[in-house]
Amino acid sequence: MTTSTALKPRQRRGSMKRARRWQTALHYLLLAVVSLFFFLPVYYLIIGSFRPSSEVLSGLSGFVPTNLSFDNYRGVFDHLSSDATGHFGQFAAVSIIVTTAVVAGSLIVNSMAAYSFARMQWRGKKIIFLLVVVLTIIPFEAVALPLYYMFSGQRDTIAIQAIPFIANAFSIFLFYTFFLDVPGEIEEAARLDGAGPLRTFFQVVVPITKPAFATVAILTFLAQWGSYLWPVLMVSDPTVRPLPLAISIFQNQQPPEWGQVLAFGTMFIVPVLAVFLIFQRWFVASISSSAVKG
Amino acid sequence: MTTQTQQLQAPAAPVRRPPKSGLTGHRFAGPLFASPALLGLAIFLVAPFVLAVVLSFYRVQLNSPRPARFVGFEQYTRLFTDPDLAAAFGQALLNNFTFALIVVPVQTLLALALAVLVNRQLRGMVVFRTFIFMPLVFPLALTAVIWRLIYSRGDQGLLNALLGLFSGGTITSHDWLGDPATALGAIIVMSIWQSVSFQMIIVLAALQSVPAELYEAASLDRASKWAQFINVTVPGIRNTLIFVALITTIFSFRLFDQVYLLSRSGSVDRNSTETVMTQIINTGFDNNNVGQAAAMTVIFMLIITVIAIIQRAAARQRGGIQ
Repeated sequence: MTTSTALKPRQRRGSMKRARRWQTALHYLLLAVVSLFFFLPVYYLIIGSFRPSSEVLSGLSGFVPTNLSFDNYRGVFDHLSSDATGHFGQFAAVSIIVTTAVVAGSLIVNSMAAYSFARMQWRGKKIIFLLVVVLTIIPFEAVALPLYYMFSGQRDTIAIQAIPFIANAFSIFLFYTFFLDVPGEIEEAARLDGAGPLRTFFQVVVPITKPAFATVAILTFLAQWGSYLWPVLMVSDPTVRPLPLAISIFQNQQPPEWGQVLAFGTMFIVPVLAVFLIFQRWFVASISSSAVKG
Repeated sequence: MTTQTQQLQAPAAPVRRPPKSGLTGHRFAGPLFASPALLGLAIFLVAPFVLAVVLSFYRVQLNSPRPARFVGFEQYTRLFTDPDLAAAFGQALLNNFTFALIVVPVQTLLALALAVLVNRQLRGMVVFRTFIFMPLVFPLALTAVIWRLIYSRGDQGLLNALLGLFSGGTITSHDWLGDPATALGAIIVMSIWQSVSFQMIIVLAALQSVPAELYEAASLDRASKWAQFINVTVPGIRNTLIFVALITTIFSFRLFDQVYLLSRSGSVDRNSTETVMTQIINTGFDNNNVGQAAAMTVIFMLIITVIAIIQRAAARQRGGIQ
């Protein structure tokens, strides 16, 4: 190609190739800049959690991984060592229990309702399903205050943190769209085998609609793990305080120990980040299927 | 669908097979399957929603010895005429609208740009995508804490240090969250950081579902890449873009976590960042003025409903074609 005997078409191809290479280089550059924007705060959180508090807020050297130690992590546990402050382990346990209960409960309850709407015949079904679809537009924020008014007697319990979030109109709708695609022959075969609706659903339908369950599980998990507004209203006792509320209180300590705050944040997010890295494809798939429209 | 489900429900249940449990008495199976979820929705969504409307007509406090007093539309009229309240509520509404006005176009376009950027087979793309998707799993409370440090005032703050480096020291110590001029902008950036990849994933799925033949036809017509983008890609994902814009609008009005957390820590200018939601919680929870907050809730709900109706209409307009 470099020789002068190069033919015209070859020359053109050569310049096109060069142009494409430039394009690709530019593409990579853009990708790198964008990735940096999204990743730097994550990096800063994790690196800062291993550095002395005095060096977390020190200009650009906040990014430099020097003087690394686990002191901040020890500091978090030392700091949160009385019943008045609560314990980190307790916060995490509350978040794990509440989130697990909501995810598990919502998978069972909402899938059954959706199955009933998608595959069974009963009187009043259509109008009730329409109501459920209308309910999908009510965000939790719109009912948070009256709900607090209704259940103020249950404040500071684990149950009230979880139960209101189990039934979810949007999850029902998501399941519904998946169940519509289940071939009727499969259910028919189950019926001929003598299976009732419960067995048909749990032993025949559920196993072939696992993606629906993964989708709802992931979306419910993300919403619940970060739930903040409801605990603000319902929780004042540190022993039942979930992580998002706990970090918002922990970051307000005086004098601020920024290294510890970042260590707290790292412990809050790293398990989730690990799960995300392993199941990234599922996360992405579940979000894109959340865009199904009525 | 109906034919299949009718078979399931056919009353000709074989007599020789007695029901194995109560539920297999098929007659009530449908309502029974639906009832736990319906009960939950009735108690935790419909009831408080109705209660909000009712409470908005009363002067009422939680745990107060004084009984609730019916005041008609007074809570609503006060919201818009009482000088103490109207100014603050108007400001909160204005902040929400400003937030939406900036975030909706910016985030939708950004989501599109990012989706185009990662929708190409390149070596190492998986890694880039992972970086971009990462903030998705960050709870807003944690996001606010991290960005609070990034924004911290003084030349030790990360953003100030970064800008100082690029500007040769002319910008060094701006109080991004404390200055009314930049506080809302700072919250906008952190919100976009956390949530744009959500919208981007939805757009990406739409991009990949545009039929490849359309692109082939366009390139046979020697359409440039840009012309292809405008004439093939954008029409192909139009509905998705509308959908994304509308869910982002609704997100904008639900804005609460970041603002409440930051205002609690006193690090953000309150007046320029207060939202309808933070005001509902301040009024109803912190100040125990439940009736007033309920009226705000009803107005909040009206706004959300209008947006949702627009969304439905926009989706239906094109729905018949596909």
